[in-house]
Amino acid sequence: MPVNADFQGRVYPPTETYRVSAAKIREFAEAVGSSDPVHVDAEVARVRGYADVIAPPTFAVLIAQQCDAQLISDPEAGIDFSRVVHGEQRFTHHRPLTAGDAVVGTLHVDTVREAGGHAMVTTRTELATEQGEAVCTATSTIVIRGGE
Amino acid sequence: MSAQSSTPAATEVRAFDSVSVGDALPARTVHVDRARLVQYAGASLDRNRIHWDERFAKEVGLPDVIAHGMFTMGSAVTLVTDWAGDAGRVVEYGVRFTKPVVVPYETGADIEVSGVVKAADPETKRVTVELTATAGGEKVLGRALAVVLLD
Repeated sequence: MPVNADFQGRVYPPTETYRVSAAKIREFAEAVGSSDPVHVDAEVARVRGYADVIAPPTFAVLIAQQCDAQLISDPEAGIDFSRVVHGEQRFTHHRPLTAGDAVVGTLHVDTVREAGGHAMVTTRTELATEQGEAVCTATSTIVIRGGE
Repeated sequence: MSAQSSTPAATEVRAFDSVSVGDALPARTVHVDRARLVQYAGASLDRNRIHWDERFAKEVGLPDVIAHGMFTMGSAVTLVTDWAGDAGRVVEYGVRFTKPVVVPYETGADIEVSGVVKAADPETKRVTVELTATAGGEKVLGRALAVVLLD
């Protein structure tokens, strides 16, 4: 089934709030091997000027992929998840994600295109606090491998 | 370049003036095995079976279990955050996933990560580091650029 090109340009409503916890930050930092104490020691984080422990630079993917699921799980989009490969990922941090943040994500489908028998979909998730402060822009390109 | 502790002290952010284009960051080897992938799957909520279920991975045409691209991306940038002295100083980070990291049951895999300073802007004190990550002799990340804000 081809990927539905009509989805290009689509913007989804903001997601439910994701609450960033110190426990999840610690778990994520340990999993990627980030030993900076700023992920686990609130006192270190405060000395450096943060309100609480902060997340590693790629933590935002956890929230962004939940936003992407709105597109990927939509049958009308025509995305076969078993054929999806992650092609590209980018983050622009306006400030670090911090324990205690209440974050909503707004998913934008920037491009849907075909190349060499594969489909490529680029999405952009804008993460902001419930109060509207921009925190992170996460851009992802997935490749949906063509049929054999 | 001075040696860098793997656990920087609270206020030890690298000074912009100490950095030059062409500086090499201390390289490191990231070892990844199945246990680590399960740990990352739980932490990241990315539970795709290709990252921990060998039978499933082979059924969908992969040579074996492969690491999450985001695991490679996330572990590679620790080179930059430790060098910068504060993980909160990464303002931009982007990569292309060029090859999967295959993680055999017996041996796991080693990801060799190195980095070099490509640009340093005195106006903004932003430094761009290009990362190289290889596994089994193949580049697994392409156009891997991290921008850090230094003091």
